[in-house]
Amino acid sequence: MSLSEPTPDGRFGDFGGRFVPETLIPAVLELETAFREAWADPSYRAELDGLLADYAGRPSPMTECHNLSEELGCRLLLKREDLNHTGSHKINNVLGQALLARRMGKTRLLAETGAGQHGVAAATAAALLGMECCVYMGEVDVRRQELNVFRMKLLGAEVRTAMSGSRTLKDAVNEAMRDWVATVEDSHYCLGSVMGPHPYPWMVRTFHEVLGLEAREQSEALLGGPPDVVVACVGGGSNAIGIFSGFADAPTELVGVEPAGGAAIGRGVPGVVHGMESYLMQDEFGQVLEAESISAGLDYPGVGPEHSYLAATGRARYESVTDAEVVEAFQLLSRSEGIIPALEPAHALAWVSRERASLAGRSVVLNLSGRGDKDVAQMMEILA
Amino acid sequence: MNTDLPTGPLEAALRARRDGGGKCLVPYLTGGLGGDWVETIRAVAAAGADVVEVGIPFSDPVMDGPTIQAANELALAAGATPTSILDSLRGADVGVPLAVMTYYNIAYRMGLERFADALVEAGVSGCILPDLPLEEADPWLEVAAAAGVEAILLAAPTAPDERLPRICERTRGFVYGVGLLGVTGVRAELAASAIQIATRLKAVTDVPVLIGVGVGTPTQAVEASGHGDGVVVGSAVVQRMVDGAGPEGVAALVADFRSALDAS
Repeated sequence: MSLSEPTPDGRFGDFGGRFVPETLIPAVLELETAFREAWADPSYRAELDGLLADYAGRPSPMTECHNLSEELGCRLLLKREDLNHTGSHKINNVLGQALLARRMGKTRLLAETGAGQHGVAAATAAALLGMECCVYMGEVDVRRQELNVFRMKLLGAEVRTAMSGSRTLKDAVNEAMRDWVATVEDSHYCLGSVMGPHPYPWMVRTFHEVLGLEAREQSEALLGGPPDVVVACVGGGSNAIGIFSGFADAPTELVGVEPAGGAAIGRGVPGVVHGMESYLMQDEFGQVLEAESISAGLDYPGVGPEHSYLAATGRARYESVTDAEVVEAFQLLSRSEGIIPALEPAHALAWVSRERASLAGRSVVLNLSGRGDKDVAQMMEILA
Repeated sequence: MNTDLPTGPLEAALRARRDGGGKCLVPYLTGGLGGDWVETIRAVAAAGADVVEVGIPFSDPVMDGPTIQAANELALAAGATPTSILDSLRGADVGVPLAVMTYYNIAYRMGLERFADALVEAGVSGCILPDLPLEEADPWLEVAAAAGVEAILLAAPTAPDERLPRICERTRGFVYGVGLLGVTGVRAELAASAIQIATRLKAVTDVPVLIGVGVGTPTQAVEASGHGDGVVVGSAVVQRMVDGAGPEGVAALVADFRSALDAS
């Protein structure tokens, strides 16, 4: 693999670690062992690959945007994770974790969700494998992502509203961790991004490497080599780390795009929350700040530790875009290519659009991590 | 090893209670909650607490249940900061050793050395960081030892047997046995796991063994203390504060725990 392995204690450089209550330590150690064994087991890999192909619809295509390329002046290609079953890249990770949980004898999946994409994916995997599923979602997000709440319930999951703190993704993670502290004997915490305590950042990355490897091959076929630039949105950072993993050893510029109101790397300093040491938006006393973004999926004050490491080493750089730029980009892709993106990857496109002058004549692969159906109601209000 | 360092004032107070045939009582209260929280510390100390544990509120308290979460939010909304709480404790002279309970990011953000020094300057003897497991504790344990802060470690019911002696060797002050699988809060009954963890810890250490999380009534305190050396009582105390009982009302609750433990 082209991205580095974490150290045995789960570090990417200075970042990562296992900052969880004592109660959860045996569970994260057991999970790491189980994951290592499963990943080395051909029967587990065959079952996962089978589900990724026949259930999730992998490989996802890469689409060249002829109209938009002409308008922007660069050669823009989209990695179409929006075409996966459940509508985003999240399915790659949940299928891996759900199979692992079943292998570990766990009967219940716990998940947090922001926009609802990970919650829907987790509920889907639980339905498929006959497991219980409980999804925590902040009250603010329950309101703005009504459709995904209904989808999760249709899939048989219980959706619990997180009423504490900012009532968004950060608080959904807190509630999921509190649940796990009490139910660790029969529940697996199916964390939805490359964050949390070791082994999650590394394990979730590994499950998303499939999209990076596909994108690398597709770039070879379409461009004759790796692109000049790979860009993806970053909340916790799972879709970005997935696509970066395919190009880390290439002379490709890697760009992560954070929301201006949730720019952990852009505006944060190192801190420790949710089990990891990483960049974090916090006040001078260490109280975690509330992120504020148009996109529920990126409304998170922290970031996965490997992104902090990639930022510190300079292998990737992190930019931010405003909500207004995202709304523009959302409409731009819809009108020019007939593809309605989720608000999250619209951040990546907003950056490409803003940087069109510096990107002129270059090839850009953008990870279109999810489709926009879930955001249409919110956009109707914004554009009214 | 414990023998490498002199016993701190917090551990000395707990050992004195235990050696006198008594059971240790450590009430927890949220710092910065209401205008009279320092008075409340004095009152509960006078009512029979051996040590008082003061919470420094954190925005994301993952080991805490609804009662302490709500108290955290109230204190933060009222403007409590780690600095304001330690300033209030400095020179408060409550008559018993103090410990703070907070989350690791509060210490990390201030810088571990500065945080430890700030505790010492404020007259705080001990510190509990419930999201700092043994695997990540080395930097803090070294800094705390150098500054003379008793760094109290937790031991959970999920810990395998081999882990407990490793925790007990590194902890200072006491070992905090987590009474149940779950977050802080009052439960209808004491969990069987409280008695199990107390028994398992007593089998491997001479350090005082206190049980907390899910110890909410004098009866439960007596039951848990029957197998360990005492209890930490948090949510029940904090609920009294939130209800506006004032220093005397909170002290009355602590006195109930004290007399139940003394009669046991």
